[in-house]
Amino acid sequence: MEKIYLQLKEIVGAGYVSNDPEELFIYSRDMGTMAPSFPDMVVMPDSTDDVRKIVLLANREGIPIVPMGGGLVLSGLSRPLKGGIVLDMKRMNRILEVNETSRYALVEAGTSQGMLQAYLKKHHPKLKHSIPDAPPIATVGGNVLIHGSGHLSHAAGFHSDMLNGMEVVLPTGKVVRIGSCSTSPYWFSRAPLPDLAGLFLGWMGTTGIVTKLAIKLFPNRSLSDVAIFLTEDPQLVPDILHRITGVQIAEDVTAWMAPKPDWARDFQHVIINYTADSQEELTWKRKLLYAAPRQYINDKTGGFMPLPPNMKKSFMEAPGTNLTIFADVKKGGGFEYVGGIMPIELFPEAYRVGIDIAERFNTTYSTGARIIGAGHCMMFFYAYPFNRADPLDVKRAQEALEETNRAVLDMGGIPWKAEAPAQQEIMKRMDPNTLELMKQVMEMLDPNGIMNPGNWEPTGQRGIEDREAIHNSGR
Amino acid sequence: MEHADILHRCFRCGYCKLPGNYMDLNCPSYLKFRFETYSPGGRMWLLRAWLEGEIKTSPRLAEILFSCATCANCVEHCVFPKFKDDILNAFVAGRSELVEKGAVPPAVRDYLKAIHVNGNPYKLPEADRGKWADGLDIERFNDQEYLFYVGCVGSYDERGKQMARSVGRLLRDWHVSFGILGPDEHCDGNDVCSLGETGLFRQLAEQTIQQFSDLNVGKVITLSPHAYHAMKTEYPKYGAQFDVYHYSQVIEGLMKTVHLTPKGEPVRVTFHDPCYLGRHHQEYGTPRNILSKIRNVQFVEMDRSKGDALCCGGGGGNFFRIFWVTARTVPGG
Amino acid sequence: MYDIQFDPGICEACETLDCLVRCQHMTLDLDAARQERMNIINGDDSRVLKECITCYACEEYCPYDNHPFYLIVERQEQKDIWPVPKPLTKQQTIMMGPKGKIYPEKLGPPVIDMCYFPMLVKQIRGKLFEGCSTIVGSDLFCNIMWLHFAKNSVIRERVPMIIDNLWTYYLKDNHIEELICYHDECYATYTHLAPSFGMDVPFRPIHLFEYLTQRLDQLKDQIRPIGMKVAYQRPCSNRLIPETQHWVDDIFERIGVERVDREYDRENALCCGAILRAQQRDDLADDLQKRNIDDMKASGANVCVFNCPFCIFTLGETVAKEGMMPLLMSDLCQFALGEGKPMWG
Repeated sequence: MEKIYLQLKEIVGAGYVSNDPEELFIYSRDMGTMAPSFPDMVVMPDSTDDVRKIVLLANREGIPIVPMGGGLVLSGLSRPLKGGIVLDMKRMNRILEVNETSRYALVEAGTSQGMLQAYLKKHHPKLKHSIPDAPPIATVGGNVLIHGSGHLSHAAGFHSDMLNGMEVVLPTGKVVRIGSCSTSPYWFSRAPLPDLAGLFLGWMGTTGIVTKLAIKLFPNRSLSDVAIFLTEDPQLVPDILHRITGVQIAEDVTAWMAPKPDWARDFQHVIINYTADSQEELTWKRKLLYAAPRQYINDKTGGFMPLPPNMKKSFMEAPGTNLTIFADVKKGGGFEYVGGIMPIELFPEAYRVGIDIAERFNTTYSTGARIIGAGHCMMFFYAYPFNRADPLDVKRAQEALEETNRAVLDMGGIPWKAEAPAQQEIMKRMDPNTLELMKQVMEMLDPNGIMNPGNWEPTGQRGIEDREAIHNSGR
Repeated sequence: MEHADILHRCFRCGYCKLPGNYMDLNCPSYLKFRFETYSPGGRMWLLRAWLEGEIKTSPRLAEILFSCATCANCVEHCVFPKFKDDILNAFVAGRSELVEKGAVPPAVRDYLKAIHVNGNPYKLPEADRGKWADGLDIERFNDQEYLFYVGCVGSYDERGKQMARSVGRLLRDWHVSFGILGPDEHCDGNDVCSLGETGLFRQLAEQTIQQFSDLNVGKVITLSPHAYHAMKTEYPKYGAQFDVYHYSQVIEGLMKTVHLTPKGEPVRVTFHDPCYLGRHHQEYGTPRNILSKIRNVQFVEMDRSKGDALCCGGGGGNFFRIFWVTARTVPGG
Repeated sequence: MYDIQFDPGICEACETLDCLVRCQHMTLDLDAARQERMNIINGDDSRVLKECITCYACEEYCPYDNHPFYLIVERQEQKDIWPVPKPLTKQQTIMMGPKGKIYPEKLGPPVIDMCYFPMLVKQIRGKLFEGCSTIVGSDLFCNIMWLHFAKNSVIRERVPMIIDNLWTYYLKDNHIEELICYHDECYATYTHLAPSFGMDVPFRPIHLFEYLTQRLDQLKDQIRPIGMKVAYQRPCSNRLIPETQHWVDDIFERIGVERVDREYDRENALCCGAILRAQQRDDLADDLQKRNIDDMKASGANVCVFNCPFCIFTLGETVAKEGMMPLLMSDLCQFALGEGKPMWG
């Protein structure tokens, strides 16, 4: 290990590699409920070449590598399950290009959402990118790679759908380009080439390390507004969502349900964000949106909440701080959620399941959904706060999350950025041929099994024991 | 440890690393070192782990804790209203624990020792404190309306002395009734306080409070925002009863009657908000009001200003240490 | 219990039907009004029950003080009209319900009732309010708003409780008999709605504007006339207490501001539109707000003064965008006293 450490120092400089207990402690865990798993060292590359050299070193030495962006997934994906090197990518945060006409931005993978947001606001105020509800230090690269979603997802789908291309360091150290940038100086699209991006999206860092990526940008209109449609019958929500998304005017459509404050309990709030370049356009859009669920207004079973302008601000904030503040509900500094990607018609069942599980585990909760695309599916989330200082409470939240992951799968949904145990649950239900294909892809790309081992790895398969042996011998 | 009850409430969401507009990293130590450990959230979690015995006292832990510049960017931007005000207090409390254990970085140890032995971090004679005023014809304090306090930097640092002379000249030329302590001035101790050496700070504060009381000082003008902070926020805990002004606050008042008409071409000027005037005391308007009243000045605001200002890195005792450049250069360190 | 003091005989004998004929939002000729009047009295279907925007104006227009609006609300509830969709009404009922968090405290006069506007307590400061005590909270919420929601039942349930809370926990033991109502709605509740529903009020409500006038007289020497041209936004609750209107002019005179002549003032005031949005009538809300603000601008006003906090929450931003400064009346008075940190901005 000392040899590897010294070589890493050679690559990135002494200041950017550590095997001190303090760094190993912090990088062994995230904010969620997953148990810590310690790295052997932490390194912060500054360039694609640094990453390439580190990967070559890891291959030579047979030591795992775990790439990490903001480290904010909450499901423990950047914990090094089998030790090795955590690659904190946040030094690679340069914004390399913004193409105004073809509306894309090329950034290094460690660029934070907030930094890109601020950069566009200052230098390209007519453009914006889709911002997830994660805190602004979350990285653009990390969020795209986990199939994140954000405040333009109704308009344009998952953040992975907004990906134009990538530069990837393969587990063997080869640097490849994906998308138009492989053939052209422009990063405009993944079409019309064979779409190799799928080799890296949703793989939890098991197939390579993305060092650069281009994402789509969207018009940043000068005026914005929000509407909240309120109902008290979850059975109505799929049709309400269907009608509202059918207008295709909103940029973001989300739902929010929670037992606290008292006035929120048993109600479903459908939040609709939309923008315009003029007051006339904004009013016109509002009229179209408000007309969509008119049937429910007429029969008095639903309606838009009257929101004075000052009350709208928090609903138009991107990213919203309210979700983060949820971590202090129990004065305990923690929450984690299951994000079930599922069809919209499952809303009533998903809603009921959330309440059932929360009651069974005697925990408070917040649930909600983000609509992806023009009502093509949704990310239904179940968030449970916990008190980090109370191990029993952490365990309770963890069990509630496990139960929720299973329930999501039972309904026909799929947990998003699933924890390692939830990945096992997914793989158990996966078509065996698909699973076999995944295994083949991983073995092809990562013959030495160094990339974030322990993820997308069916128990007893793909040489877990070998990796553990490697890790142990490394120590 | 004081404020230990909030450590576990930090989610490590990272708002504390950024300015309000998110444009770049704004926590000075995280900006420099880039490991999560050097962010405010990292410190919160490490302190908790340390108190619970999960990590041991080490030079690295001390380095992480003492690299905080106490700039309060974290306090300003933390999204948890119920405990954000005590984040920095928790770091200082953690430093106090390390001071108690004698486990501080060597540079901190040397700094504190210099204050203890020499009365100033420069290890220069106390008798030299008043030399900055040589030739200015400024009176010693003797029941004037204000005492002008310049502190260690104003007394010994070359650029600090120039600043002290400039302010002293201005006050003199604008006929402010003020005096100075010259060689009798003592260290205000603000950085001693932020380094967690509460015993030494108490001694320094009580010494100055007693001195001011004996001299019947009613109003103090400070050169440095650090002294302003110590005297305005900390000294009252030890019985101080005088009013404290940063020099800019006095100058702003004087400018109601004085008009400056500098000669020459217009100059583009910006203002760097010092943390101990800005974020710690929300005093953003006064310096800008002064600049707005000077003809020839074209004032421009930086992207990071006021509550979003990027700390110079010198707070929390870091100005007096070479710690920032030496960190992580020791093999294995 | 708590029946509305409505006399059908008076109503049936009325020949002018000002309540309906003068309505700003429904067009009814005298014949149509006569028919709808009978429908309402008899508890039959009436277009009025569905079209009413609940602006309270008919209470003011009725020359006999016979409470036609309270009857309309009564009938809306009886006929399950739900002017505001059910989930919104239910949610508001929970949100604005008394939370049972009463902390009796030693209070000295004058006591300012801040209703359920904790965010406005900070406005009680400076010379105008020197020595005042303030009380605030859900358990003091005047509950008149349920008139907008066809929920006289909630009024019957909650208003007596609130009156009792005020008297028992804040006033009686402190030997205080007068309560200064910061919120116009509170004053309207205790002086008009409660008696009209047969509810006793054991204390004497004082309208904020009366208090301000008295304070301005006491501080006369310190007033610097501010010379602003003010458009006044009269709130719906003031329709119940038109006798308080003169205080607006009295205050303006004392602080040297001009109340601009405009179409939508006094008895022709327009609703701020907030309730129309709750009633899902946004087009009408847009229209009212545009007409109202255009009128303010055309009158040359540079300030819009509000009486009701919810009106300023609703219109303040738009008023500001149109170049007028939105102010609460107390903020305006503080300006004249050389103090002032308005709620807006």
